[in-house]
Amino acid sequence: MSDYSMKDIEWAKINRDVLASLESPRKEFWIVLSVCIFLVLCGAAAEVYQYNEGLGTALMNKPHFWQLYISNFVFWIGMSHSGTLLSAILLLTHADWRKPIYRFAEAMTLFSILTAAIFPVIHLGRVWDMYWVLPYPNERGIWPNFRSPLLWDAAAITTYATSSILFLYVGMIPDLAICRDNAKGWRKKLYTALSIGWMGRASEWMAFRKTYVLLACFLVPLAVSVHSIVASDFAMSIMPDWHITSFPPYFVAGALYSGCAAIITLFVLLRYVFKFEDYMTTEIMDKTAKLTFAIAMVWNYLNLSEYASIWYSNDMFEKEVLLEKFFGPYHWVVWGMLLCALVAPFAMAFEKVRHNMWAMFWLSLVLQLGMWLERFQIVSPPLASNHEPWTWAVVWPGLIQLTITVASFGWFTMLFLIFCKVFPSVSMYEVKEMVFHRRKASSRTDMEDLDKVKDDMIKAEEGLS
Amino acid sequence: MALKRMLENWSDLRKRDYYEDEPYMWGMSIDLNKCTGCGSCVTACYAENNLPVVGKERCGSGHAMHWMRIERYWEEPEGETDIDIEQSDYPERGAHYTPMMCQQCNHAPCEPVCPVAATYHTPDGLNAQVYNRCVGSRYCGNNCPYKVRYFNFFDFSKDIPAPLEMQLNPDLSVRSKGVMEKCTFCVQRIRSAKDKAEDAGHRDYIEDGAVKTACQQTCPTEAIVFGNLKDDDSKVKTLWAEHEVELNRHEQEKVEDARGYRVLEELNVEPSVMYLDRVRDTEA
Repeated sequence: MSDYSMKDIEWAKINRDVLASLESPRKEFWIVLSVCIFLVLCGAAAEVYQYNEGLGTALMNKPHFWQLYISNFVFWIGMSHSGTLLSAILLLTHADWRKPIYRFAEAMTLFSILTAAIFPVIHLGRVWDMYWVLPYPNERGIWPNFRSPLLWDAAAITTYATSSILFLYVGMIPDLAICRDNAKGWRKKLYTALSIGWMGRASEWMAFRKTYVLLACFLVPLAVSVHSIVASDFAMSIMPDWHITSFPPYFVAGALYSGCAAIITLFVLLRYVFKFEDYMTTEIMDKTAKLTFAIAMVWNYLNLSEYASIWYSNDMFEKEVLLEKFFGPYHWVVWGMLLCALVAPFAMAFEKVRHNMWAMFWLSLVLQLGMWLERFQIVSPPLASNHEPWTWAVVWPGLIQLTITVASFGWFTMLFLIFCKVFPSVSMYEVKEMVFHRRKASSRTDMEDLDKVKDDMIKAEEGLS
Repeated sequence: MALKRMLENWSDLRKRDYYEDEPYMWGMSIDLNKCTGCGSCVTACYAENNLPVVGKERCGSGHAMHWMRIERYWEEPEGETDIDIEQSDYPERGAHYTPMMCQQCNHAPCEPVCPVAATYHTPDGLNAQVYNRCVGSRYCGNNCPYKVRYFNFFDFSKDIPAPLEMQLNPDLSVRSKGVMEKCTFCVQRIRSAKDKAEDAGHRDYIEDGAVKTACQQTCPTEAIVFGNLKDDDSKVKTLWAEHEVELNRHEQEKVEDARGYRVLEELNVEPSVMYLDRVRDTEA
């Protein structure tokens, strides 16, 4: 028998439960939403001030040309990766425990890209000329520099954002149709437009399945390449401790790691807020935690091998930066990262922790803090002790940068909350499919063969047309 | 069409010495034996290149805009390791002074990383910065091993008190907020010397000494020598040859009595500035 303890849920109940999450929310929802909007406004004010006065107000200087904006960018892009992983890779490997949680994971992907995309833009000295970086066709024949990793970034991220929107949207069409059938007012109009006339015919389902799997096949290599390109921002430079060959896989592993931690956080929150206990079961959390643990170990391995390769290369500059990282002014960032991201995940080795929702919630926050510190220690300490000792300086991010960082979390949460209220955050049709398979597995004789059902439907449809 | 040209001439563009046939290759030599660290080159650079004077506070916060700076390094005296150099007001052996400015690298690490190609290599060996094209991603500043690129973190042009805007050099622009800038080897002087040479009827030849950079002109000990490295008779080429420093060589061979070296040349960035090591009389 299957190791899932998901109850046999009536299909109508699935619809009811999920659609209930779209109805008028509790008071707490509005409180959290308004806090988020307030944070976003604070961030916007900080940005307006920085725009008018110049980037020096953010306390960046020479040699700290890059600081929190870039580490936040890497953090948010990283977070966007696990949604795709959970959804696309697990779809292709037929791991059906993804079904109740993949929708919000995909939404998380999309919104973290939207958050990440803010940072390279506000980081620019001349924001208004940002479009020059995009490879747009222009009549003057002035091309951007195709050798620059920043240009690859712009191309990769726009591609990734577009495909993630498509993947999320395509996977949502059958559910939008269910919403359409149950909605009134402006929601009815919205869902009617978005569900593009989905009737649930067998031919539609077949076309849908094909598109969805194809998109997943496209997204998996794309996601890996996007974060490899983000890693190139560092690896293609000649800065000591940035110029590291293993950075692309290290970044991809780190991205999946922090993203999985974020999925766990949202998992617990959604389960609590929308009472999805029947769908997001302990067993699914167990699987997610195991996946996170595995990725954490890959990340640990790559992190430690990076230290080892620097140490044994005996390169004067790299070794200096490494020692400065561990014992210099940024040492608490590095040790904090190692504690949060290297030691803490071992708690997931215990079943008791994996099965305790709130323990997992706090643990996932610790992991994310660790990964955020990791991004900061990638960007700042090498700049503080670069090739040229005369310019060595330790600079901590200023108030403007910190405000915008906090605001980015507000912005992400705001988008996510709005999404959860407008669109079903649990995939109804996939959960039904899962329940169907459970039933089938438990009482094979009672159920009709799935293929036979499908054949009948196709026949009936051919008869109609 | 630029892309078509790029595809057609790909192998040409990848050649190591693409501008081999050009008549000019600007280079410099700085004799650290002669440098007294007086800082007049820095002052001259401020006056010539319209550099903003940012004041004490912004200097302290790392926003100074000196294209040229005098770096000071102290060496531990041999055999007297008990002397605490950092604590002493007058260190035993005095300081090393290193005037540091853009080294006009021929394999400049700042060039490939600029997303909009605002920094590029000119046929006469200069590492040019196009202010109008710069969007301020600051990647070049990070990737510069000498950290000689300066970013306009504020709108410094606003802070020029009247009537000091009258003393700005009209031969070059005043940079706006959000762009990167750096030493240009006084490109405006090179440009005008080329124009004069062309008027005199020789397009491919500028007399040695016709172009003097502001720092060179002002240096009281003549520690700085600037000129055309492709002109075999020029002073700078003679100095480079004397100290057996060559372009397109990964590491220079160490020759006895030759004091020439290029800073961080092991990074293979091919700087165009040769420094002559300071010789100390340790017995004195």
